[in-house]
Amino acid sequence: MEALREAKKGVTIVLFSGELDKALAAFVIATAAASMGMPVSIFFTFWGLNVLKKKGGLIRGRNWMQRMLNVVNYGHARRLALSKLNMMGMGPVMLKTMMSAKRVPGLDEFIRTSSALGVKLYACEMSMSVMGLSKDDFIEECSDVIGAVNYISIAKESDINLFI
Amino acid sequence: MKITADKILDARGLCCPMPSVKTALTLEAMGSGEVLLVLTDDPVSKKDLPIWAESTGNTLLGLTEEGRTISIYLRKG
Repeated sequence: MEALREAKKGVTIVLFSGELDKALAAFVIATAAASMGMPVSIFFTFWGLNVLKKKGGLIRGRNWMQRMLNVVNYGHARRLALSKLNMMGMGPVMLKTMMSAKRVPGLDEFIRTSSALGVKLYACEMSMSVMGLSKDDFIEECSDVIGAVNYISIAKESDINLFI
Repeated sequence: MKITADKILDARGLCCPMPSVKTALTLEAMGSGEVLLVLTDDPVSKKDLPIWAESTGNTLLGLTEEGRTISIYLRKG
């Protein structure tokens, strides 16, 4: 598979949204492409950083505005809302039940699988500094913290680039 | 059609894109020229796995259906 990876152009995905349904779409595409031997990178920016956040640690940030934002915007892979029909949290519960009935993996399983397939999960440095987050606030699958130029340098070598 | 498989991957119950993911991981551990039999009941995989094989340089040897189970034979390229 390594030889194939070198010969193939990759897939880059910008995950800007922090909702469960959009994050799932990103990970289905990422794992499918990785299974085809393509190098895949997901760049988590702004609300998308919620997907990478560790469970717990509600109060993050260096000033009161950052702390307030992170309390209100509390999230991690198991606790994300839906972009539609959230119904005060009932939507995600129902979707998760429907997904597990069809044996679709949950978001945390998708994160582990994609990491095992070599998908790179990058956190956006600028959003992190605005929100007062550090790499310690993220799950261990987070490969690195990178900037926009670094992301573009990866994206320009790829065939497929998506903004979700 | 009688093809002997070196390894069998039972991916029944899994749905898109997990059969392709499991197939990729299983084939990675196998030697070139070896045959993998993938069992699946996912209708998407019936179309997706042949496309997956073509774009990853592996060969589709055969595809049969019995009841809900789809048997897909792949030779590692």
